[in-house]
Amino acid sequence: MPEHVETDELADKVLRVIAHTQRIPPESVSLDSTFEALKIDSLDGINIVFELEKEFNIEIPDDGVQNLRSVRDTVEGVRKLVRAKDLAVPPGAA
Amino acid sequence: MNRVAVTGLGLVCALGNTVEQSWKRLVAGECRILPMRDPGSPPYKFRNGAEAWDFKPLDYFTEKDLVMLERFALLAVVAAREAVAQSGIRFEGDLRESSAVVTGSSVGGQFTEEEGYIRLYRENISRVPPLTIPRTMANAGASRISLEFGIHGPAYTIATACSSSNHALGQAFWLVRNGQVTAAVAGGSEAVFAEGLLRAWEAMRVVSPDVCRPFSVDRKGLSLGEGAGMLLLENWDHARARGASILGEVIGFGMSSDAHHITQPCVEGPANAMKWAIRDAGITPDRVDYINAHGTGTQANDVTETQAIRAVLGKRAESVLVSSTKSMHGHTLGAAGAIEAVACLLALKHGLVPPTANFTSPDPACDLNIVANAVQPAQMEVALSNTFAFGGLNATLVLKRAPEA
Repeated sequence: MPEHVETDELADKVLRVIAHTQRIPPESVSLDSTFEALKIDSLDGINIVFELEKEFNIEIPDDGVQNLRSVRDTVEGVRKLVRAKDLAVPPGAA
Repeated sequence: MNRVAVTGLGLVCALGNTVEQSWKRLVAGECRILPMRDPGSPPYKFRNGAEAWDFKPLDYFTEKDLVMLERFALLAVVAAREAVAQSGIRFEGDLRESSAVVTGSSVGGQFTEEEGYIRLYRENISRVPPLTIPRTMANAGASRISLEFGIHGPAYTIATACSSSNHALGQAFWLVRNGQVTAAVAGGSEAVFAEGLLRAWEAMRVVSPDVCRPFSVDRKGLSLGEGAGMLLLENWDHARARGASILGEVIGFGMSSDAHHITQPCVEGPANAMKWAIRDAGITPDRVDYINAHGTGTQANDVTETQAIRAVLGKRAESVLVSSTKSMHGHTLGAAGAIEAVACLLALKHGLVPPTANFTSPDPACDLNIVANAVQPAQMEVALSNTFAFGGLNATLVLKRAPEA
């Protein structure tokens, strides 16, 4: 049993996207869920990534998609890309 | 049962507008997967494709023809003309009704469909051109071929994604073998470079950002191609009686469904298609000299195909020559089986195996005897040509070299 799981807004959003895309109850998805346990296969994976790109306005590279195995991988991958995007915006420009 | 001769071949693809042009490039190992003429806006994630670079419709058709036929059908007709011309067959008398046309296409007239949607949804014009249906229908090529040559027998089109034209060739082969028809124009065509379709492939994330490198450890996916391949299949005795030159023979066909997953390949389905094809040919696996692999260059396909070949061929898998010509003409989807069957028949006839181009280094998970980068001379009798489609539908042809005349 995972102890108290640290979550945040970004992670919550990713979890919601995964749950919605898979048409499963949000409470069935946690940071510790593996794709295997959630029955997410490669085709579901690209569907999820498609929705995440839209939600966060990011672009996820093809080789990144193939390595996704768990919800935590996905959250961390999205976080990296969102940070990179934020850094690319010069201060004050937004 | 009748023997089935191949008396004509036709090819239009990135490699050329004729069999002769294409064969020169196949043996040269020349990759024709090049920057697409329209890179997309915003650009597609993949830069390259294997368009039928030299194909100019007005070299073959009138302006009026182009009103009625769109690209995938034009390609089919041009390849059919070449095959029929080479065979010297004339569809006259009884042969009119005892000949067939069987073609394959995955999506049919995609350009026309997309143009209709642009009018409807982008330009808010509710009137769509009246020829949208005949231009779009997947049997447009088959129907025009039947019209043009006066073929009145069975004519139909099969859509099984990337296996379409192997299914078409297999059906035509059985029609001739069983004596339902004397001759058949069979093969397939596809024209994939329409924006909506390219965006859909982009979203699938299976297209290589550069080129297709089947069986290489660093392969990154398939490269899309367009084109057509057509074969003139003919009752052996009929071909002999009219003094036709026999280019090769179709001796077996097998098909199967994975019943496993809509896109993820498995070993059993492809293995079953090969197994049934070899059985249908009445030969043993050790007779197979060459396999023109489905070899798309995706991570998943090339590994499962390797395992399937090993499962069916056993010890023979150690020595059988394997190549994927998709590395040169791209993955032509519904035309793939037909284009690759032509490549196989020419390989058998000339004793030359067209290579897998763009090969870098071997993948231990694809431990077959891959003919890489350079053509390989080999005395061969029998070849397999594999196609495995999304949807898990597999079809394998068994082709044989024609005896010396």
